Amino acid sequence: MLRAVLPHPLLALTLVVVWTLLFNSFTPGTIVTGIIVAISVTKFTSVYWPSDTRVRNPREIIAYMAVFLWDIVLSNIQVARLVLFRSGDRLKSRFVTVPLDVTSPEAIVALAATITLTPGTLSVDVAADNRSIIVHCLDVDDPDALVAGIKERYELRLKRILT
Amino acid sequence: MIATALTFAVTVVCIAMALNLYRLIAGPLAVDRLLALDTLVVNSIALIVLFGMVYATTVYFEAALLFATVAFVGTIAFCKYLLRGNVIE
Amino acid sequence: MSLFAEIVITGLLVIGAFFVLVGSMALNKLPDTLQRLHGPTKSTTLGVGSVLVASIIYFNLILEKFTIHELLISLFLFLTAPISAHLLAKAYLHTKD
Repeated sequence: MLRAVLPHPLLALTLVVVWTLLFNSFTPGTIVTGIIVAISVTKFTSVYWPSDTRVRNPREIIAYMAVFLWDIVLSNIQVARLVLFRSGDRLKSRFVTVPLDVTSPEAIVALAATITLTPGTLSVDVAADNRSIIVHCLDVDDPDALVAGIKERYELRLKRILT
Repeated sequence: MIATALTFAVTVVCIAMALNLYRLIAGPLAVDRLLALDTLVVNSIALIVLFGMVYATTVYFEAALLFATVAFVGTIAFCKYLLRGNVIE
Repeated sequence: MSLFAEIVITGLLVIGAFFVLVGSMALNKLPDTLQRLHGPTKSTTLGVGSVLVASIIYFNLILEKFTIHELLISLFLFLTAPISAHLLAKAYLHTKD
């Protein structure tokens, strides 16, 4: 019953939040209009969203976001130090392949975005069979430790959140 | 205190935009120029928000939001063009 | 309270401007295109994000005007920066050879 009216509850909730932020006010009128827009948009575009992503542990998302934001700050201090005090030719830049354990497209997108925004790494491409991400590192001494760090720090957490 | 910090921030962001402009003119590859242009737009969003704080008005934020949207779509369209040779299949 | 807010805003503005400058310096200094891609995606995004947070605090606490638009802008920037970087890197690899 609920699924018939609201095919994608999470998408609808995001739309309501973005609508109220866009209007810059929390009056009842804005929120009601937002709910109407969200329901009609999710209903009319549900053809284009075939897969149904389930979020398993909402509490883990907050922990993930905290780790993620903290790492963004750390990564920026590290990159700033590299840029300011190291000449560009002495950076050991190279490509690293990170094998993937997560399989759903949503989890791969989230992991790739996380890799891009965190310490000295930039996801360049996903392999054709969706089993590994090619990552470019700004300055790395031990590629294996870096891969292990990404898998342990982000992928394990993501696996608990997205199926 | 805030006024001094705002002046400082506006100056620094303008210097950053000048650096981006240099890369936009000098960049050896098309990707370099595109990256410089994208960074230039993101910096101009920072500048718009800073000016909004200087003049104590919120009317500029819609402009900043539109800048962010158009910059993203433009960068993606240009990358598509570099990758495929056309924008709309 | 007001003084504390002023200190936080000043700090955020200075840090944000510094990171914006670092992003542009990385764009100029580093020798390789893929290395240059690191600066704007990380530093500039964080710099602009911190300027936007300063703006939220400034308008809500100092000027006492309710506004939350900046949150939308910074969310949008944080969501789109990795996608642009990914496509730029792909375009670089494609056009290089």
